[in-house]
Amino acid sequence: MPEALDPSLVALYVFVLACFIGYWVIWGVTPSLHTPLVALTNAISGIVLVGAMLVAGDPEAGVLVQLIGFLAVLLASINVFGGFLVTHRMLSMFKKKK
Amino acid sequence: MDFSVNQQALAYLASAVLFILGLKGLTHPATARRGNLYGMLGMLIAVVATLLGREVQSYGFIIAGLAGGAVIGSIVAMRIQMTAMPQLVAALHSFVGLAAVLVGIGTFFHKASAGLLNPVLMGEISAGVVIGAITFTGSVIAFGKLQGLLSGAPVKFTGQHLLNALIGLATIALAVHFAMTGSLWSLFLMTILALVIGVTLIIPIGGADMPVIISMLNSYSGWAAAATGFTLHNNLLIIVGALVGCSGAILSFIMCKAMNRSIINVVFGGFGSDGGSADSAGAQAAEKGVKSAAVEDAVYWMEDAGKVIIVPGYGMAVAQAQHALKEMMELLNARGVEVKFAIHPVAGRMPGHMNVLLAEADIPYDQVLEMDEINSEFPGTDVVLVVGANDVVNPAAKEDPTSPIYGMPILEAGKARQVYFLKRSMRPGYSGVDNLLFYQDNTYLVFGDAKDTIEGMNTALKGGGH
Repeated sequence: MPEALDPSLVALYVFVLACFIGYWVIWGVTPSLHTPLVALTNAISGIVLVGAMLVAGDPEAGVLVQLIGFLAVLLASINVFGGFLVTHRMLSMFKKKK
Repeated sequence: MDFSVNQQALAYLASAVLFILGLKGLTHPATARRGNLYGMLGMLIAVVATLLGREVQSYGFIIAGLAGGAVIGSIVAMRIQMTAMPQLVAALHSFVGLAAVLVGIGTFFHKASAGLLNPVLMGEISAGVVIGAITFTGSVIAFGKLQGLLSGAPVKFTGQHLLNALIGLATIALAVHFAMTGSLWSLFLMTILALVIGVTLIIPIGGADMPVIISMLNSYSGWAAAATGFTLHNNLLIIVGALVGCSGAILSFIMCKAMNRSIINVVFGGFGSDGGSADSAGAQAAEKGVKSAAVEDAVYWMEDAGKVIIVPGYGMAVAQAQHALKEMMELLNARGVEVKFAIHPVAGRMPGHMNVLLAEADIPYDQVLEMDEINSEFPGTDVVLVVGANDVVNPAAKEDPTSPIYGMPILEAGKARQVYFLKRSMRPGYSGVDNLLFYQDNTYLVFGDAKDTIEGMNTALKGGGH
């Protein structure tokens, strides 16, 4: 069997390539939507919710750890719900001339 | 139904693609709402795929957290005023930061109980916890400054940079120690020092640099998510973290460029203050040789103008004058006057703040132009109305090499036939720099609250001329 690639190295690959995608996509965002951009990136950085659920969802780790996880789930989901909704609210205001 | 690791990875890939498409949607206002929906769908897929995975065995805490977050997040998002967006964003950044810290510490205990700790993992945990902690306290300080709970003035003392450097080095040393030994003490001390760095990093930055602070913390929150992704070997978190981190970094770059300053200068510079006193605006104005004008004078020239450009700044937001401006736009349009709005990249307290406020007042986005698009139009403009902006139209940036704002790109309002400056007082702008535009022959100052002044102009416009 060939030598396996270190998973941390795979993660590094993904990270570096994602940075390039981010660079090109974000430069395309129109300056008039920079506030919604900040709000939307805020919402999607609530993706730490995934990590929080892993911490909160394992009963074997003990109640203390689950409580830490619960708090993280709460904070991250405020971000997710608050971020997406406020972005939606802002974007609905942008209208073209009738 | 249980998702296998591979099925889960495929779902995560789908949601990563949706997030990228979502951000891509913000290329244009017409596609932006669809972009936001892509983002929501991506998040839904990610959450469901995680819940269905084998690692999640108990749901009580998760459902409680999700429900609480949904209620709090929705209420806040629906109630928040558009002028308070910078505060909301700062608060949300702090939540991402704190969540990253908690996930890092939680993962440490979680893996420790399973006997799965190793130096690489603990190094990754350190990165997530440190970046998260800096984001958390940094954002709390930014929130305090924006909300007016803390002074907007930069806090500086001797040896500040040395102190920061020492705390930084100590944090790194503790992180290394923690990664090597797994010492709980190192983890906690490292976390506390990183929390301190967040404070000491943001307090020396002045209120004038708020757009940069917001962008920087946006970037940090992304890197915190990415570091958490490394900890959990979760590619979705890494991708999203990289996207958000890049986004904030690019916004910081754009903001710095719009002020002709380097990011180093912003972070270590301590620029801007709360401004001076505000006594007897008219008397000060006369002393300095500027002309003040009455509401009627401005209206007289505007109603027969071919083109009027309005330059809004943070003062417009403070006075809540955007709705009155929308009415003015309609009144002038009805008289056949062309009205446009000119936005400087750093107008307001966060990137794009003015655009949202004008959109809220129902001003069509195709009448709101960015600096580069509109600068060539000022020479052919009859009247420029500056509402609560200052430094962004100051010709000192072009003409006075000794000025602190020299080199900053500006809106060339002074090239119009007439400039009416709506001002509360002769207080200088955020940078504390005197505005050379005031002394130009074609510039007139109209003193008073921006909203009252514009409403007065609207009444005069309705009155039907002179």
